[in-house]
Amino acid sequence: MQTQHIMRSFDEELKFLANQIAGMGGHAERMVEQAVTALVNSDTGLAAKVVADDAFLDEKQREIDEKAVIVIARRQPMAGDLREIVGAIRISADLERVGDLGKNIAKRVSAVSETRQPVRLFRGLEALSDLALTQLKGVLDVYATRSADKIALVRDRDNQIDAMYTSLFRELLTYMMEDPRNITACTHLLFCAKNIERIGDHATNIAETVFHIVTGAQMPVERPKEDKSHRVTVDNPDNNGR
Amino acid sequence: MSSADEQEAGFGGRVLARLVKRWRSPPAGSERLVSSEAPTALDRLPAVELAAAVPDPLFIFDGEGTVLFANGAANDAFGPSLPGVSLQLKFRAPEMHELIRQILEREEGPGTIDYSERVPIERVYRVSATPIGHAPGLNMLLFKDQSEARRIDRMRADFIANASHELRTPLASIAGFIETLRGPARDDPAARENFLQIMQNQTSRMARLIDDLLSLSRLEMKPYLRPSEKVDIRQLVGSVIDAMTHLAAETGVTIERDMPDTPVEVAGNRDELVQVFENLIENACKYGSSGGKVIVMVKGGETGESAVSVRDFGPGIAEEHIPRVTERFYRVDVETSRAQKGTGLGLAIVKHILTRHGARLSIRSKLGEGAEFMVHFPAP
Repeated sequence: MQTQHIMRSFDEELKFLANQIAGMGGHAERMVEQAVTALVNSDTGLAAKVVADDAFLDEKQREIDEKAVIVIARRQPMAGDLREIVGAIRISADLERVGDLGKNIAKRVSAVSETRQPVRLFRGLEALSDLALTQLKGVLDVYATRSADKIALVRDRDNQIDAMYTSLFRELLTYMMEDPRNITACTHLLFCAKNIERIGDHATNIAETVFHIVTGAQMPVERPKEDKSHRVTVDNPDNNGR
Repeated sequence: MSSADEQEAGFGGRVLARLVKRWRSPPAGSERLVSSEAPTALDRLPAVELAAAVPDPLFIFDGEGTVLFANGAANDAFGPSLPGVSLQLKFRAPEMHELIRQILEREEGPGTIDYSERVPIERVYRVSATPIGHAPGLNMLLFKDQSEARRIDRMRADFIANASHELRTPLASIAGFIETLRGPARDDPAARENFLQIMQNQTSRMARLIDDLLSLSRLEMKPYLRPSEKVDIRQLVGSVIDAMTHLAAETGVTIERDMPDTPVEVAGNRDELVQVFENLIENACKYGSSGGKVIVMVKGGETGESAVSVRDFGPGIAEEHIPRVTERFYRVDVETSRAQKGTGLGLAIVKHILTRHGARLSIRSKLGEGAEFMVHFPAP
């Protein structure tokens, strides 16, 4: 009971902000999920819906920003309360970016599905998006329960996402070399994969913000990144034997 | 505070009891019988006791969306709810927020939605929200699991996408050999023997593929429940190793054990975990046979994570394949996999079982130095 404020409405305002963040999170999760589904099934209708949905997230982010500023001005919060509110502003910005990335994937659906692509092109992307969605769900669950001890797991998963992305990068390059007709679709898929990898990074950002809200300290320094795609090369078959 | 709670529970209890009466709607005679014999027992039934007895996940929440009570099924399905957590934080899907908003604002609405989760395991629920009683304040959220229908759909789609392709390859090869046997090789006993051998290999490959597909889909059909049974993995892994010594000897591998003296307990389903370690050790023996040995290590403590690692000293897995090997039908090297009678499903099965257990699989490998598959179990 000590954590309750004398002014009950302040608690309500904090709770309102948290619920709005949760709503944004749910929306962002759904957008990413549907964008990837639309991509795999070449469903341009669903893709159009995802693109339209992004406006909601933008609107919500502005609302949260305004509300947060008003709360700070009116209540002049300190310590944990202030971290909570500043955290809400930062998390909503990250979630808004996640929505943008989802929208960007959805926009590429029509370009990828112009010609029918083999299933194997999408299998890796689906697995990558499952990882990123698990990650996003994980951090939002941590935000809901404020359990800082589960945050370490999140970082571990981010490394998995990076490793998977590197592997996918290599696979897509191979397909492009096999048949130049794959290049259009594979280039778009590369960007989609990069977007999903970025979603994982935003999830990690959110995790760091939550850690700061709960403990008041910064998370320990990040270990070196596992993304090695910038060094990936694929042997040119014509040069074999040299 | 506690007296207020009691009052609330008592009030909710009476309302719920009345609801149950109306719900069951027994014939007039039997109702009188119940009310004349035990009028007080039903009237005094606390709401939480009734809610706890419901086999489907059920939440009782107040007028602001704060969870007051979650029954056992709800904790099993969605993880424990801390007191005071709000439903909107726990269930973030847009349609869920809309449903909760409608019920909190007492707005007219359908009251029922379909709610789906994609990760960690695909689940679909039909969720209904109902206010309890006439007084504002108490509401209930009830989940009905609809995952099975969705999974059947998914399975069919998966089967057409993956399995038909995987089965067609051996089938095409058999058809080719039959044609040759009826034609050019009709009178060539040596070639005939050779071809029949190949055909037999192909049919047994198809049989294995079907077995694995069935076992994977059986797993996917099971409802998602965190297993509660306690299993001593030290003893379980030991018995798996005993059963595998024959195969190990065949491939020229010795299995070494590195286990603690005390039991290591995890929450798990015995049969499923046996399948996990059979797959991992079998893979290590087959693909790491050039290393000559496989080390199986069990680590664990009373507190914190327990882990089982299976390490081989074979050729190892190239870095770019490591994140992908648990995908269905993903093969690092198609030729080696075929030669080792692999179906491309073993690790997919392993991963699926571990996800159901809330456990993780981590893979470490360097080319030329073998591979280590490690299963991390959460603290019990």
